[in-house]
Amino acid sequence: MERRAYPRVGESVTHAQLGNGLHIYVDPKPGFQKSYAFFATNYGGMDMKFRLDGQWKDTPAGVAHFLEHKMFDTEDGNALQILAANGASPNAFTSSAMTGYYFESTEKFYENLEVLLSFVSVPYFTQESVDKEQGIIGQEIRMVEDDPDNQVFYALMESLFDHHPIRVPIAGTQESISHITADTLYDCYKAFYTPSNMVLTVAGDVEVERVFEIAERILPKQPGGHIQRDYGGVETGRAAAPEKELRMEVSTPIFQLGFKVDPAPEGEQRLYLQLLGELACESLLGSSSPLYARLYKEGLINKNFGYGVEHYPGCALLVAGGESRDPAAVRGAVLEEAERIAGEGVDERLFDRLKKGSYGTKVRSLNSFENLCIELAQGHFAGYEYLTFPQVFEKIERRHVEDYIRRTVTPERCALAVVAPKEGA
Amino acid sequence: MEVTRTQLLPGVHLTAVHTNKFKSCVLGLQFLLPLEEEKASLNALVPSVLRRGTQEHPDMESLSAALDRLYGGSLEPMVRKKGETQCVGFVGSFLDDAYTLEGEPLLEGAAALLGELVLRPYRENGGFLPEYVEGERCNLIDRIRAQVNEKRQYAQMRVVEEMCAGEPFGVDKLGSEASAASITGCALWERYRAILAKAPVELYYCGSAGEDRVRSAMSTALAELPRSGERGIPVRPVKHPAPSAPRVVEENLDVTQGKLAMGLRTDCDAWDEDYPALALANAIYGGTTTSKLFMNVRERLSLCYYASSGLMKYKDIMLVSSGVEFGKVEQAKEEIMAQLAACQAGKFSDEELEWARRSVVSTLMTTLDSQGRLEDYWLGQAAAGLDEPPEELARRVERVTREQAAAAAQKLKLDTIYFLKGKE
Repeated sequence: MERRAYPRVGESVTHAQLGNGLHIYVDPKPGFQKSYAFFATNYGGMDMKFRLDGQWKDTPAGVAHFLEHKMFDTEDGNALQILAANGASPNAFTSSAMTGYYFESTEKFYENLEVLLSFVSVPYFTQESVDKEQGIIGQEIRMVEDDPDNQVFYALMESLFDHHPIRVPIAGTQESISHITADTLYDCYKAFYTPSNMVLTVAGDVEVERVFEIAERILPKQPGGHIQRDYGGVETGRAAAPEKELRMEVSTPIFQLGFKVDPAPEGEQRLYLQLLGELACESLLGSSSPLYARLYKEGLINKNFGYGVEHYPGCALLVAGGESRDPAAVRGAVLEEAERIAGEGVDERLFDRLKKGSYGTKVRSLNSFENLCIELAQGHFAGYEYLTFPQVFEKIERRHVEDYIRRTVTPERCALAVVAPKEGA
Repeated sequence: MEVTRTQLLPGVHLTAVHTNKFKSCVLGLQFLLPLEEEKASLNALVPSVLRRGTQEHPDMESLSAALDRLYGGSLEPMVRKKGETQCVGFVGSFLDDAYTLEGEPLLEGAAALLGELVLRPYRENGGFLPEYVEGERCNLIDRIRAQVNEKRQYAQMRVVEEMCAGEPFGVDKLGSEASAASITGCALWERYRAILAKAPVELYYCGSAGEDRVRSAMSTALAELPRSGERGIPVRPVKHPAPSAPRVVEENLDVTQGKLAMGLRTDCDAWDEDYPALALANAIYGGTTTSKLFMNVRERLSLCYYASSGLMKYKDIMLVSSGVEFGKVEQAKEEIMAQLAACQAGKFSDEELEWARRSVVSTLMTTLDSQGRLEDYWLGQAAAGLDEPPEELARRVERVTREQAAAAAQKLKLDTIYFLKGKE
């Protein structure tokens, strides 16, 4: 057990690795009403092809998400209800690379933690309950299919990437989930829900020792083996298709403009590249950049404009999007600005204040237990210590950002996805 | 955590939450205005135009630069509806002084920037810059049009519009597209001057600074605010009974999943003694994942992906919302009403009652952990003229009996059913 303080951001985290390989991180937060626990597996929507017991398995799209729904089932009922009955707010999410189960509670934290760790480590599916879940998830998929933000995101993934499974909707399709059986779920569970492939992060007014004691007692003793995953080989540095347009019932076109970024290695370099990418975004098109002011003034973007950098195993992207009456003009302006920066560089004073601004925003985001716990877990899976970000941040120089933009924000790496209003609407 | 409330000037109040819990400090300034159809869009547009530029920082770039120098602080235009009061202004979040790189204080600079935004807009020929008005007017129209994009919220907004036609509550916080389209720079400037002169002002602070320092920072920032005896107090909404037969409204849009929104009259709002009982009844009925709607409409019958109920705290309304297949809507409606009848008949177990209670109490208590939710909570209370903190409301919820919860449920009456379905 090791306690590490991060005085610059006012946090301290105690870390331990159990005998079964599970890593636990606890950030004590005295004075808060609620405590938050996040238990995650390094398994998400994109992990469809993997090797288990020496054999390659190809699974349908949507299994990780389906499992997330079914893990709440226990032999005595539903863990969601047990936690909710204890006054906890439990939930779970499946992203492309991670499935996380969590709760927040103001009382009975240790009891709730026991429930969380138990239901995520004891699978219980019957064919009947799997069939029933197909109805619920089917409705969820339909809901998502009506959601333009979601549709435009996948349109972008399909345009940027040639074959990486980030292209496939996390929840799958009505068709793909119809192939999921109780056996599929057990196979994937066995492969990915092992202590050594998982992490537990906790924030709140809690006793560190009790958290470790409960995890030690409840979780399986066997670590689980190494999982080999296949994302279909290295992606090239070119966008697979320059653009894609869908039509839906929306008032203004919704767009996502993406640039394919080279995937980052694990370790501190990943954190560095993430922060570098974010600062490049701020310099290029962030809310205090000259380009943003111009696009906003010309009515080409509005307050819904957002941007960021996302790193996944085997792929990464820089993305900006929102609503615009002319998404192609936004693309043109971004490429032009990147070219200008490639030539002239980023203004020094602008860079200094962007850095200060980004730093403050990052520190403030630690207010959220949820954000803190997810960042700690993500950092663990990718092999870095998230709370060292102030030091890593300091290493970023102006010329690094300029190089990054020069390399990344180019026409070859660019794709534009648009959801446009229906004709005649 | 200590909460203080001070009158800085007649009709100008400061609510301050003093705590070391957070890494940021939150600042807010809202004008409280009666919701009115003809003025809602004008009011909603004011903060967006103010946010475009001030005399010292004439454009967004220079404002952003000022915010970056305050460690990436934010000052966002806000438009909210609290009961029948439209609250417009700004909420900002800044790094708390404890975490700045050289220990420099940020509160005073942040408050000054807030005051500047509200009091010293960039001007041309004695009014707003026409370009700013035009740009933000277009953005407002786009926002109003974009409400249809989020179908779940859209259905809820539509049911309120239908149910409360003729009441101030039926007016959307952004107003209508037509009224937004007709806004002129002149009308907006006049409206802004009238708001400055007459609207009650609610200031808010949450962070590590003490009372005196906050009061002084805010007073200095608002030194140019006109003195006025006309800043009145917002009024409590009038209650309305449900019609004898519920209104039914259907609309067709190109969607694959139907959206059902049902509006109920509660005959109870935050001012009433029995509001905690209603909050509990709502949680039993549809407010949590152990509620009757979730357990039956979703889990037992798999009729939908979500089914939930929610209260408008400062208005006698509950909304039930569900996403269902077109063909199953009748079945879903029946089940939703059957579960309501069960609540009204007191057919909920002691367990269901306690689960609901834990959920309501926990939601209230965790408000104390979130600066954003705290700000929103205290704004609601200030607009209502109420001063009960979340922990006290939680204590009252702890004392509600099962009879009181059932009695609150018995007052619920279905008013309007709205169903959004696909195009044939």
